[in-house]
Amino acid sequence: MALAHLTSSSRSNLLKPLATVLSYTDSFRRPISTSTDPLTIETSVPFTSHKCEPPSRSVETTPQELISFFRDMATMRRMEIAADSLYKAKLIRGFCHLYDGQEAVAVGMEAAITKKDCIITAYRDHCTFVGRGGTLLEVFSELMGRQAGCSNGKGGSMHFYRKDAGFYGGHGIVGAQVPLGCGLAFAQKYSKGETVTFALYGDGAANQGQLFEALNISALWDLPVILICENNHYGMGTAEWRASKSPAYYKRGDYVPGLKVDGMDALAVKQACKFAKEHVLRNGPIILEMDTYRYHGHSMSDPGSTYRTRDEISGVRQERDPIERIRKVILAHDLATEKELKDFEKEIRKEVDQAIAQAKESPMPEPSELFANVYVKGLGTEAFGADRKEVRAVLP
Amino acid sequence: MTTIFRGLGALTASNSFDSKKLQLPSPRSFSERKASFLLVRSDGSVNLNLGSNSRARRAEQLITNAVATKADGSAASTASKPGHELLLFEALREGLEEEMDRDPTVCVMGEDVGHYGGSYKVTKGLATKYGDLRVLDTPIAENSFTGMGIGAAMTGLRPVVEGMNMGFLLLAFNQISNNCGMLHYTSGGQFKIPIVIRGPGGVGRQLGAEHSQRLESYFQSIPGIQMVACSTAYNAKGLMKAAIRSENPVILFEHVLLYNLKERIPDEEYICNLEEAEMVRPGEHVTILTYSRMRYHVMQAAKTLVNKGYDPEVIDIRSLKPFDLYTIGNSVKKTHRVLIVEECMRTGGIGASLTAAITENFHDYLDAPIVCLSSQDVPTPYAGTLEEWTVVQPAQIVTAVEQLCQ
Repeated sequence: MALAHLTSSSRSNLLKPLATVLSYTDSFRRPISTSTDPLTIETSVPFTSHKCEPPSRSVETTPQELISFFRDMATMRRMEIAADSLYKAKLIRGFCHLYDGQEAVAVGMEAAITKKDCIITAYRDHCTFVGRGGTLLEVFSELMGRQAGCSNGKGGSMHFYRKDAGFYGGHGIVGAQVPLGCGLAFAQKYSKGETVTFALYGDGAANQGQLFEALNISALWDLPVILICENNHYGMGTAEWRASKSPAYYKRGDYVPGLKVDGMDALAVKQACKFAKEHVLRNGPIILEMDTYRYHGHSMSDPGSTYRTRDEISGVRQERDPIERIRKVILAHDLATEKELKDFEKEIRKEVDQAIAQAKESPMPEPSELFANVYVKGLGTEAFGADRKEVRAVLP
Repeated sequence: MTTIFRGLGALTASNSFDSKKLQLPSPRSFSERKASFLLVRSDGSVNLNLGSNSRARRAEQLITNAVATKADGSAASTASKPGHELLLFEALREGLEEEMDRDPTVCVMGEDVGHYGGSYKVTKGLATKYGDLRVLDTPIAENSFTGMGIGAAMTGLRPVVEGMNMGFLLLAFNQISNNCGMLHYTSGGQFKIPIVIRGPGGVGRQLGAEHSQRLESYFQSIPGIQMVACSTAYNAKGLMKAAIRSENPVILFEHVLLYNLKERIPDEEYICNLEEAEMVRPGEHVTILTYSRMRYHVMQAAKTLVNKGYDPEVIDIRSLKPFDLYTIGNSVKKTHRVLIVEECMRTGGIGASLTAAITENFHDYLDAPIVCLSSQDVPTPYAGTLEEWTVVQPAQIVTAVEQLCQ
């Protein structure tokens, strides 16, 4: 082994400290965490397709990628759980929709695309934002309504945006983001960029009329849009079989091809998104149904147990948890030890705690911020407070 | 922060309003110029243009500031050059075409705007000239194609979305209110939505209740959008161009019955200020505020009033959101009586908002309560006589002025 060779060579004193470190960490397979040697892994279940050829089950990946999947998903999981505690401590108010359980979708999708491709999603957007390059500080500040937030504290949990990374939000009204996503794809086609748009929606939004309207137009005009249905099987409190006559969301496009993917397997998600990106650049829209699950309720005001059993939740957690799956793959292929992974998790926990502490120090927005950015250049118009007398300002 | 500038009537805030108000600190500066106008670019550089030399402006790079105005009044400009005569819908088309030539990111989407040429011929010939990717025929799905227009605008395109009738845009209300109006604010300024939503509205000739709606009142509370109403071929073209160049979402209200108005407009390029009202007829006795089609009813009534010895001042407010309280305020200070004539519904209409705004700011200058003539609060009936009674007629305007001036 290369390590043994180095320790036995009689080099200068410079190598001595290095040698001691190397011999101590003999069992610590450092290089593999960053190795880019290809690795082929089979997805848990094969893909089911509608009107197209499904991609193969064997996914090309690298150890580096698998480790980064683990880190990213663990960060997202930790972040959501921290947000849960912050909400219960009343530092986050209003609506808070948590994504834990669904991390594989965000992470797998990012692995297949570039920052020039656009993503637009609904209100369960914290992890998608982080996947696009958002920092933990921005997330927690925005959730607590502080200045350091990504939308300057004026958006809140449901309105995270990051234009320079191609993340278009962050939308509160169910289904309204799908026509916007098709519009993004239209702009991409217009400027001939060879980029695509991923428009995400849930199983609840899959019954919205505007979705089918937008799908029709996208198919008609061959727009490079990929509609991803994150099917976590519950539209708020209503199970999918009670809301949809046909819960096979990947088939709902009818004339638009579809693919059903195991959304708890980050590698399957990556494969599907790669396949989808190539497909839409040639053939127009495609629907991907991600079979996933959320551990929390719909939002923080929903306990999540009135419409489903705790056994179901813990069952999914034991059998299909995305982070556990990647952990098993990493351990099975000897890419890192148990201890290393646990260390990652500890590190991440510290990072998250630090970000929260920093976010708590960030101040609330200035009063003048109330009227900033209503219009792009400002018009000198007057705006009034609720009583039409006290708070008056001229819009900047 | 860029400096902002408003045409001939620069500052709205301090001169015309009451002194007892507290201003919250906000970083901005105004520059007041009365005769000439400044062109302030987003990079901070400033050009001083005297007169309306559009050729020089065209040679410069793409102007992000859409609020440049003509230095002269509108009457003077039409007299300066012979110009050419055309109908209002042709003026809209000219404005649209010039903007599409000038800026490749401008595109049009709507029902039947492409191959059919537009149901009111506003986009006739544009599809053959610019192709299917820039003039898009959409299926009948207002909610989604308005949403698509907004999504495209988020990336930097400048779509012009046409509602075949403004009433159909009720189906897209969610997209217009939540996404179009609010995205600039909730994203902390990251996204601009330079979209123009336009279409004909208003009461036509016996079109029935659902096709005779006035949606100005429904949209006026949406924060973040601007609304303008055109009434002549001159301001139709000017407002269309200004709306397309504006970085804010603009809703341009046209009127079904005004599309065939013939007028002579200048040959050279011009745009109208989106936030400014138009002085149609200066006067002394009473201020009549109006917009869109009611302008013509008011002018007809004005003829009668002049014969009877009254001198009304007629202002076409043009900008429905925000109101040009500077021009209106100056007029109120001069005449002390206000009559608002509008086609909007009585309850919660533009006139209601305008009455509140004027009363609050110019209460001391009023000699009489503000009279607001608006359409009746009924769905527009089909029968011709009944339809006539729903909108304000010139005879009612004359009576109102006479009562006001007693």
